[in-house]
Amino acid sequence: MSTDIFQAMAQSVIDGEKEEAARLARQAVTDGIDPLVAIDQGFVAGMRYVGEQYTLGEMFLPDLVLAAEAMKAAIAELEPEMARRGTARQVLGTVVIGTVEGDIHDIGKTLVGTLLSANGFKVYDLGVNVPLQTFLDKALEVNADIIGLSTLLTTTMINQRKFVQALEAAGVRSRFKVLVGGAPVTRSWAAEIGADGYSEDASGAVQAAIQLMQGG
Amino acid sequence: MAGNILSISQPRFRVQPLSETDIQRIHEATLHVIEHVGVRFPSPRALELWQAHGAQVDLHTSTVRAPAALIEKALRSAPPTFTLAARDPQQDLPLDGDHVFVGTDGCGVEVLDLESGQRRRSCLQDVADIARTADALEEIGFHWVPVSAQDRPAHTRSLHELCAIWGNSSKHVQTESIVTAHEAHAAVRLAEMVAGGPLALRQRPILSIMQCTASPLAQDGGSLEAALVAAEAGLPVGFMTMASAGSTAPATPAGTLVVGNAEVISALALMQLAFPGAPVFYAAAQTAMDMRTGGYTGGGPEDFLFGAASNQLADFYHVPLSMGSFATGAKLPDWQAGVENSLSTFMACASMADMLLGVGLLHGSRIWSYEQMLLDCEIFAIIRRVLQGIRVDEDSLALETIAAVGPSSHYLAQKHTRQNMRSLWMNRFFDRRPYDTWEALRDGPPDFARAKARQILASHQPQGMDERLSAELGDFLSYLDAEEPA
Ligand code: B1M
Repeated sequence: MSTDIFQAMAQSVIDGEKEEAARLARQAVTDGIDPLVAIDQGFVAGMRYVGEQYTLGEMFLPDLVLAAEAMKAAIAELEPEMARRGTARQVLGTVVIGTVEGDIHDIGKTLVGTLLSANGFKVYDLGVNVPLQTFLDKALEVNADIIGLSTLLTTTMINQRKFVQALEAAGVRSRFKVLVGGAPVTRSWAAEIGADGYSEDASGAVQAAIQLMQGG
Repeated sequence: MAGNILSISQPRFRVQPLSETDIQRIHEATLHVIEHVGVRFPSPRALELWQAHGAQVDLHTSTVRAPAALIEKALRSAPPTFTLAARDPQQDLPLDGDHVFVGTDGCGVEVLDLESGQRRRSCLQDVADIARTADALEEIGFHWVPVSAQDRPAHTRSLHELCAIWGNSSKHVQTESIVTAHEAHAAVRLAEMVAGGPLALRQRPILSIMQCTASPLAQDGGSLEAALVAAEAGLPVGFMTMASAGSTAPATPAGTLVVGNAEVISALALMQLAFPGAPVFYAAAQTAMDMRTGGYTGGGPEDFLFGAASNQLADFYHVPLSMGSFATGAKLPDWQAGVENSLSTFMACASMADMLLGVGLLHGSRIWSYEQMLLDCEIFAIIRRVLQGIRVDEDSLALETIAAVGPSSHYLAQKHTRQNMRSLWMNRFFDRRPYDTWEALRDGPPDFARAKARQILASHQPQGMDERLSAELGDFLSYLDAEEPA
């Protein structure tokens, strides 16, 4: 019976059916299944499949985003039970991400956030036009490992530098890794402003974030 | 001196992908969306205007829901035709529905250096050099800010860019790099200095301004306020949707047209509510997302369809259209750039878009290439010739000449040939040389284009600006540079 429900969980993620995923999560709680086991053997298995198919070019970005949403819905249902049992899901790291103040480009940043969360990071997406102080406040609040700043405008790139400087001024530079990206941002710009990580696209951002967590 | 500007006029045939019923349905769907879903206008000034005219405004989310009648009435006050004036009146551009003009593309961030071929960050000198090249090219009717002057302070960059173009060309300038009211005020002031005062500017707007909407169904506050400042000064103002099917718009082209249309016409309606009769234009560069990477493709069959369909919509609203064409993801002036830029531009031209943006950028409007700029101009020249169609009359049927030559023989020695041969298209950049010639040199169209660009830059002298005026503009820029960034 258990294998059936795990398979259904995986399938709900593959199909990107949020309501179904949430329903199965609730059922798992009722049935007394350990939430961590439900996540690992059910939902994550589905996510892994979608990830593989996406890499192979068989599934498309909307498949991936819908799968991630279904996964999120399931986890939200399981969280109270995890808290009750005193367990927690293993995450690769916590990321605060957003598009810097003065810039409203949304899609690239959202994609990076989605892929990070699909790959096991806990992601707080602050949206667009985000004041630098808001990044810092949120990062402190959730004890983030990585702060991700996206920008697509040459006029707002400077805010990435200002942010690194602000972290230094606040004496918290060593507490966070700073990841930067966006259309005009280059590896040499990232180095110039003293950011810790850079990538040109979303899958690269996942690799960069994993490396940063490994201390690279 | 720049020569005559080449435009497409009186085409012999047109492309119209939408039927009248289709247009009506898209229009009605759009009004439904504006009235029931709403569009975000995150600007206090814009929200006040909407409220004053009876739209339903949610101040918390900045969402405006405007009744269909309000939108339709506002749009009716937009002038159907107007002229983009140039510093040199000979280069004025009538947006009268019977001309297609080409501009340079805009806001690239890197340049393929004309001498070294290396890719590097763009600077003010690039803006000046590209403007001077564009001034010499007859296919180019007006300028966008081609690349960003990254060696100038961010808060005045857009203004340095404007002055660099004016200093190097007497053609019309349309800026797309101004996104705050503060910059817009300064730009109007500079344009007044060039035009000879506020009234002269209003009568002959040598500057127009293009803003982006923020798909889906939103505007950018700063851009709205900048547009209001420009409209108040009498500058033509346009709003461009870049709705991307699958990411910032529905995955169906019809749905993408609706979302983009709602953004554009709601913004144009706002301009009319604020300043009835202000010259406004529709602008569009819709695309379809790359389903594998989420990337903004800007070039593909859907784009080509959008190019023609948008003009049908703009015509329906009786406003000029500025259409994104020549958009390519190619990294070099290659096969991909040729296919994407030819087809997008053909579709937009064959539906008579008033303005086309624009020549010269590669890699999703990020990297400037002089080679591509000239090759794009050639694409326009080819399409221009195609749309002139086939003239059928007594002279062109050439019966007398046919009789004179008779069967076999040839037409090389006919007066009729000499009289008409110059109306056949003349190649500038295709490689039609013997194979051996090519094999010895192994060069091709981009190389021919590069040589031409170098020649233009080495020799072309634009109609200069009065020295005192240049100095005044420079002083004003220095004053602005010294101001605290807003
Ligand atoms: C934290 O770590 C990381 C790591 C990697 C990260 C990362 C963070 N963030 C991104 N990445 C990376 O991974 C992502 C996924 O693979 C990638 O993200 P991208 O965002 O690059 O890729 C997305 C998946 C798809 N790409 C995009 O969505 C951007 C495409 C282009 C065409 C673009 C679009 C679509 C838009 N735009 Co704008 N836009 C352009 C863009 C040109 C281009 N080709 O990049 C660019 C960036 N825009 C530009 C401009 C000028 C503007 N835009 C504006 C507005 C818009 C729209 C709203 C219309 C729209 C965005 C819609 C939306 N909802 O997001 C205006 C900005 C207003 C403002 N205050 O922000 C406006 C100022 C235009 C105007 N006059 O209104 C140019 C900037 C030039 C410059 N010199 O700075 C531009 C290069 C186009 C051009 N040539 O004009 C990587 O960069």
